[in-house]
Amino acid sequence: MATEVFLNGKYVGTVDNHRDFLDSLKTERRRGAISNNVNVQYEEHLDRIHVETTRGRTRRPLIVVQDGKSLITDEIIQQLQKGELTWNNLVEKGIIEYLDAAEEENALVAFYERELTPSHTHLEVSPLAMFGLVTSMVPYGNFSQSARLLIGAKNQKYGIGLYTANYLHRLDMDVNILHYPQMPIVQSLTHGISRNEKHPAGQNVVVAVMSYKGYNIEDAIIINKGSVDFGFARSTYFRPAVAEELRYSGGLTDQVSVPDKEVKGYKSERDYRHLEDDGIVYPEAVVGPEDVIIGKTSPPRFLSSLDEYSLAGNIRRESSVGLKHGENGVVDFVVLTENGEGNKLVQVRLRDQRLPEIGDKFTSRAGQKGIVGLIVPEADLPFTSNGMTPDIIFSPHSIPGRMTVSHLLEMLGGKTGALGARKVDATSFSPEPEERIRQELLSLGFREDGTETLYNGQTGERIQAKIYVGSMYYLKLRHLVANRIQSRARGPIQLLTRQPTEGRAKEGGLRLGEMEKDTLVAHGASLLLKERFDSDQTLVPVCESCGVIAIHDSVKNKRHCPICGEGVEVSDIEISYAFKLILDEFKSLGLYPKMILESKY
Amino acid sequence: MVHKDLEEYAGVLPPKLLEEIEEQAPASKRKKVGQIVYDEYMKARVDAGESVGLISAESIGEQATQMTLNTFHFAGVAEMNVTMGLPRIIEILDARKAIKTPKMEIYLNSPYNKGKDIRQIALSIKDTRLGELVSEYAINIFEFVIDIHLNAEKMQLLSLTPAKISKLLDKALGKVTKITDAGENKISLQLKAKEDRNLNTLYKLKEKIKDVHVKGIKGIRQVLPVRRQDEFIIITAGTNLKKVLALEFVDPTRTITNDVHEFAKVMGIEAARHLIIEEVYRVIEAQGLSVDIRHIMLVADTMCVTGEIKGITRYGVVSEKSSVLARASFETPIRHLINAALLGEVDKLNSVVENVMLNQPVPIGTGLPQLRVKE
Repeated sequence: MATEVFLNGKYVGTVDNHRDFLDSLKTERRRGAISNNVNVQYEEHLDRIHVETTRGRTRRPLIVVQDGKSLITDEIIQQLQKGELTWNNLVEKGIIEYLDAAEEENALVAFYERELTPSHTHLEVSPLAMFGLVTSMVPYGNFSQSARLLIGAKNQKYGIGLYTANYLHRLDMDVNILHYPQMPIVQSLTHGISRNEKHPAGQNVVVAVMSYKGYNIEDAIIINKGSVDFGFARSTYFRPAVAEELRYSGGLTDQVSVPDKEVKGYKSERDYRHLEDDGIVYPEAVVGPEDVIIGKTSPPRFLSSLDEYSLAGNIRRESSVGLKHGENGVVDFVVLTENGEGNKLVQVRLRDQRLPEIGDKFTSRAGQKGIVGLIVPEADLPFTSNGMTPDIIFSPHSIPGRMTVSHLLEMLGGKTGALGARKVDATSFSPEPEERIRQELLSLGFREDGTETLYNGQTGERIQAKIYVGSMYYLKLRHLVANRIQSRARGPIQLLTRQPTEGRAKEGGLRLGEMEKDTLVAHGASLLLKERFDSDQTLVPVCESCGVIAIHDSVKNKRHCPICGEGVEVSDIEISYAFKLILDEFKSLGLYPKMILESKY
Repeated sequence: MVHKDLEEYAGVLPPKLLEEIEEQAPASKRKKVGQIVYDEYMKARVDAGESVGLISAESIGEQATQMTLNTFHFAGVAEMNVTMGLPRIIEILDARKAIKTPKMEIYLNSPYNKGKDIRQIALSIKDTRLGELVSEYAINIFEFVIDIHLNAEKMQLLSLTPAKISKLLDKALGKVTKITDAGENKISLQLKAKEDRNLNTLYKLKEKIKDVHVKGIKGIRQVLPVRRQDEFIIITAGTNLKKVLALEFVDPTRTITNDVHEFAKVMGIEAARHLIIEEVYRVIEAQGLSVDIRHIMLVADTMCVTGEIKGITRYGVVSEKSSVLARASFETPIRHLINAALLGEVDKLNSVVENVMLNQPVPIGTGLPQLRVKE
């Protein structure tokens, strides 16, 4: 039976001998007669051939194998080393070809050349090609569980580093720059290929694996105050603030200037103190929460005919750009320009130095992330016989459950590399042999297993256990506490419910929800619960005779009932405002929620 | 009769406890032991104002979050497919009328539970329809006759004869058909009324024949004899407790179903309460979780107090709540509010939810004691 052929999913015809067809298609492709972007797949169970030429297929390079022999010969390797051949030449020559996911189904790929048999069709360029760019940057990746490898790769993407060298001329949102970025000592092939030295994102630090007064439980880490003072994990946070002079109908525009006192919504003189005459802050101004950095006023929102002729008319609205609650910084850079629509545009970049603090997130490249639990003065930290203190104390409990052997190997490799003043190759599947690294460490005068004798920094006592100490590449992740910390005792409330606002941006409260409420009830902490829910407590006057909310006339200081009129008993009750609201909703439903009052005592 | 030494505790301590003291404590120490047991017993009581219901809910709920959504589960080699896990718990606590996998465990009386003829006994209970015994239908569209060819092997297994089946057929379909021929494993049926004689009714008749009940108890869809310890029992899919209990070889003291409603109807509400507890507890145990059985008892009690089984749903237990606001705060608020308004209900604010809504101290724990002012 003839084999059906599909081109980009559409039926085009049949071929009698699918094997010949496939072979000729592939040879023509390798020869260069057909574009090497063409991929072909034979579906055996349906007896169908799919030829794909569309864009958007993920493809990967493989070395072509013929009769059990790799097409890459020693001669080609020599030419490559001399620079006479490049990767693209190999692709053109059909020695390396790219397969898409479908064609891969028909291929038998060997990992190593020694494994080749006559039935193999391709050879892996390197087992490292299994990984993506970031995953292949995990040192000793093949020693860890795949899940940890993935976490390690994912975390690296959040590392603070030098994302671009021209950051001073850019106005990007939410930028973090590490102050003294370093290249990792323990690196993989990919670090070189990707020119990681141009944009490193971490620092090499000395790590000791031990407990420290319980401050590194649950994946927390201890960091050395001395290291912080020397610049460890120091970063700067940049954030732009933008103001535009918008044009409105009727020829009205926004105005960047120091607002007049008459302006609606005028804050206070103190809030505008950093503004210069043009209504913009001066560079290097140290600004704090709620300080205005760009003064701006807008025309009134609704221009009614009445307002136009009134005396108070033409009152402009305050619409300055200021710092948010809890925000601090220094004005770094001010741009005064015009945008595409020809409107005046003011951009101000704020800068804030971020020292590592308790709660900042750090990670090694092995998927061992943790939060700073304590920053300890250098003098109090355990020290080695050379008098050196570790930069980071990492908890040993993080190791066994996660089986991140790569974490341990990196420490050993890093230590050898740091002491021997060289880089260590930790490329997955083909790292420097561990045995050689251990021997080198021994020859450098250290214990070959990486352990050292440590002394208690406060008492000077020798710590009985040998502590595993090594050098690792640590990354400060961009999830900094300073951007997330939130607390409030009092603050803004919602207009409708009179309950606290929600969310950090609105200086909101932390909700004690249904299930949290249940825990208090289960403990019988009835009065505590009431107090916690007092945030929208209100005094409501209630008519004793009809049980409906009464009216308090503050001018006459009198109360009357909207139904029964004056001269009825009206009493104040304390209820949550939310309940007052639900009573109103009942009324809108046509229900009569009558409150029957009783003396509490 | 309580011993003299323990007389003062009669009616205070549970009779079983008293019995145990009497049996196990030496006579000389009986009084002292009684005193110690009394003190411990009083200490172990739940304090006034303890929110037992909420604690039960939390205790069960916390564990339930761990439960896998694995609905079906085979509890052994020769067991039947039974709903387990969270869906089963929901099914029980909601007091669903039609459960997903109704199941019975039929215990047998002494001579029958030894395993002899257990297959026959099991098959005799199974709800068998004629369709299962028929090997072939031959339809004569000229005479409007259906010839039913019976499978002799199956007939014998169920000890049925064509004569018996003819009788059953006559009973079930006698109004519209007459048996024209009943031979060796073959029965012929003809439509009686001339005006009915068309193809449509003939085919409908064939479907009806398939569904004629020939043997067993209605509702028992499947039977499975199983060895349990040193006796044989029959596990069934589908239940009909009332009919099964009436059988002479069935041990009515141990035979159970997993349909709570049916159990309540046949055995009474107390037994149903016990069944709820056992079924829920078994599911929780099967998941490798542990919840104190008293939490489940409390749930079962609230489901059964009214004398009929009420699920933990807006139609069940929740609709029994005295507080309008509490009912409204749980599903379909408007319906509850409008009904309450029509009846002019008064909310006395006696329980937790209403008081949280009004932001008043909840009458639980520290919110319970009140001041009494001297007149």
